[in-house]
Amino acid sequence: MESTSLNLRLQVWRQPSTQASGKFETYELPSVPVHASFLEMLDLLNEQLITEGREPVAFDHDCREGICGMCSLYINGRAHGPQQGTTTCQLHMRHFEDGETITIEPFRAKAFPVVRDLVVNRSAFDRIQQAGGYITVNTGNAPDGNAVPIPKTDADEAFAAAACIGCGACVAACKNASAMLFVSAKVSQYALLPQGQPEHRERVLSMVQAMDEEGFGHCTNTGACEAECPKGISVENIARLNRSYLGAQFSGGGHAAGGGSSMA
Amino acid sequence: MKLDSKIPEGTLQERWTRYRSTVPLVSPANKRKMEIIVVGTGLAGASAAASLAELGYKVKAFCFQDSPRRAHSIAAQGGINAAKNYQNDGDSVYRLFYDTIKGGDYRAREANVHRLAEVSASIIDQCVAQGVPFARDYGGMLDNRSFGGTQVSRTFYARGQTGQQLLLGAYSALNRQIAKKQVTMYSRHEMVELVTVDGKAKGIIAKNLVTGELERHSAHAVVLASGGYGNVFYLSTNAMGSNVTAAWKAHRHGALFGNPCFTQIHPTCLPQSGEYQSKLTLMSESLRNDGRVWVPAIKEDALAVREGRLKAGDIPEDRRDYYLERKYPAFGNLVPRDVASRAAKEVCDAGHGVAPTGLAVFLDFEDSIRRLGRNTISARYGNLFEMYEKITGDNPYETPMKIYPAVHYTMGGLWVDYDLMTTVPGLYAIGEANFSDHGANRLGASALMQGLADGYFVLPYTIGSYLSSEIRHAAPSTEDPAFVEAEQRALAYQQKILGIQGRRSPESFHRELGKIMWEYCGMARSRDGLTHALGLIDQLHKDFWSDVRVSGTLASFNPELDKAQRVADFIELGRLMVCDALAREESCGGHFRVEHQTPEGEALRHDDNFAYVAAWEYTGALNEPVMHREDLVFEAAHPTQRSYK
Repeated sequence: MESTSLNLRLQVWRQPSTQASGKFETYELPSVPVHASFLEMLDLLNEQLITEGREPVAFDHDCREGICGMCSLYINGRAHGPQQGTTTCQLHMRHFEDGETITIEPFRAKAFPVVRDLVVNRSAFDRIQQAGGYITVNTGNAPDGNAVPIPKTDADEAFAAAACIGCGACVAACKNASAMLFVSAKVSQYALLPQGQPEHRERVLSMVQAMDEEGFGHCTNTGACEAECPKGISVENIARLNRSYLGAQFSGGGHAAGGGSSMA
Repeated sequence: MKLDSKIPEGTLQERWTRYRSTVPLVSPANKRKMEIIVVGTGLAGASAAASLAELGYKVKAFCFQDSPRRAHSIAAQGGINAAKNYQNDGDSVYRLFYDTIKGGDYRAREANVHRLAEVSASIIDQCVAQGVPFARDYGGMLDNRSFGGTQVSRTFYARGQTGQQLLLGAYSALNRQIAKKQVTMYSRHEMVELVTVDGKAKGIIAKNLVTGELERHSAHAVVLASGGYGNVFYLSTNAMGSNVTAAWKAHRHGALFGNPCFTQIHPTCLPQSGEYQSKLTLMSESLRNDGRVWVPAIKEDALAVREGRLKAGDIPEDRRDYYLERKYPAFGNLVPRDVASRAAKEVCDAGHGVAPTGLAVFLDFEDSIRRLGRNTISARYGNLFEMYEKITGDNPYETPMKIYPAVHYTMGGLWVDYDLMTTVPGLYAIGEANFSDHGANRLGASALMQGLADGYFVLPYTIGSYLSSEIRHAAPSTEDPAFVEAEQRALAYQQKILGIQGRRSPESFHRELGKIMWEYCGMARSRDGLTHALGLIDQLHKDFWSDVRVSGTLASFNPELDKAQRVADFIELGRLMVCDALAREESCGGHFRVEHQTPEGEALRHDDNFAYVAAWEYTGALNEPVMHREDLVFEAAHPTQRSYK
């Protein structure tokens, strides 16, 4: 008979604040149901810690259905854990063994400082988007939605790039902590659509510059980002970004170097 | 209190046009000096913040998540309705209006709903212009799908991630305004108090969730786009952080709460599997386009399925009950959500349920896969099928999904007039946070429509009506006694929670509340059950305030404290919902009182006595709330018993 619950040993990164130094603490957690999700397992741990009068472990989470991108965690050395194409919130305990030791760390990158325990600050991603991740169109300014036909293949490809949830697993998985997959996904979405063309060059330059300023590392084409991306965002987007970036530099789009404000 | 819905003069068709042409305007020079606070950055909040900023207002936007992109609109799957009639199948503004009023079981305000239908087409145009990658057909034109409660195909979609794509569109518009410094964004901030000066909303107290500090923010107007309150049931399809706190603080401060008991129970969710469960996952209603809902017709078969002795595929056609197709031949599997949910409960209560708990029905794609091929089904629902398999371990291409209804959306919310203003002057509520457009039941793909309609195309006009009279006043200083007092109140509330140091976690109270609400104020409600629930909630309230345990301090990152405050507000809200459900002695939409049903077991409205909005006034945590009525007048869509047969 297949076992319906697991006894686990958890090694969890505890860090009181950004400034404080952190360390691993070890907890024994008995009787975790195999059908529970990984975050429900952490709920059980916290319930146990609260009952013992200890501080619960802080971790980010919200939708718990794999789409908001709020959950993170480095589980046994992998962003979002061992399952391919799965966010931590959709990872279930049936993929772990009874008696296993599970190591849980925050996403680690210079541009993602730890806030507390397993919670990191990913606001750098927002700032990159603010630098150019949009199409300039005021509300009320739009032509009919069918005015410009968009080939289905382009629409589908743009969708595939736009499916990025902004979780930061690509950065956490990259040995250089590069944000190229994230940036290239947004750039590609607009590059593939006619609406995105007028600002394309300025967008590429501004977003790449913002990425550099945030302290993300360089891309060395290792592909760990794609391998660990829970939404299967393709590294082809990075190739597209590189082509666009080169093209934009040669065609004199460089006056956008001031960032988002110059594109407004 | 006299409720004035401020519906403009004129016929249904001309009101909004005339309103827009005559509403007082604020000049560009004055807009620059005016500040607006927007709480929440989902579809309604992000679109409002961006659009108001484009107009020239100074906007401060707040969200409790670490980024505005993570608001729970992101999780909406199926699509967004719009009366484009691209399919040439007879759609029109009037038909969308009519479907919405009828779908809401004649408990929504006609004028608002007609306006919603009028602006629906512009939403699609706006989103396309932003680069939202909607599904397209091979000629490059926008594609549509069908949704429950309608007989036309008017739902636009982006795979099973429409909410994500629309929200990222609104987020991109918001980002553009943040870059231009027209919007100041406050992430990881939660509104914990409303500030009023001379009776007008003039600011909020926000808690910085990282440092624990309380901050004072002043403005000329405050917009709540803080979403719904489905998490009062603990288990729901809402995100873990979704909460009623912002709306509840406004309610405590004088904003009336409309139709709180109107809850949508979504028919296609994953069944609960255990006590540890923290949330329920929705499977898009679009699945009902191609999936057929059934249970074993013979109870012994159902029992055998529950015990694992029989599989769905072992049950021959003539021993299956496709109960929606049988009972509602006109709409079949695409009946509205409330009808589908109740039908599922009915067959499960009768012993035909299929999961080990007995609380599940099959959603079967075998016929569609045979008819359309696996590739077509995969293109339409691939990501949903994958999600299902990830969570349950079953492959829906080979074995039918098991589904059961779960709390999904709340039609009730802060009462607003035609301008979307609450009963507190200068305080607006938009999107799911207000009560206005969906009556007693929301149609699928209409939440996204309403959120974006309010934010892009309604509030930017209506807010000018109020602000044009405020141009002579600067936003008050945050040293104003009203701010000092509100901050004190917020601080005292949190200190009180921290000071209890009892034995139980906030989570345990939340679970208990959820069980009470689901049992007595869920899919079927009765006078006895609701009365019993009132006693249970009052006891729970007492227990919470004497036995909750929150560790840590005020001035730190302390999610347990934030959670405790949200649970405290949910307990008070739960009580109000029960009071509302007790007072509404009829069945309508998602509100099913067992005492009021037709001989066939359908919801039985009592239009003579209950064609009104119940708008409740707060009188204290355990005091009886006071009901104010807005009578609903139907000029165009005359109430009939809804029939989907």
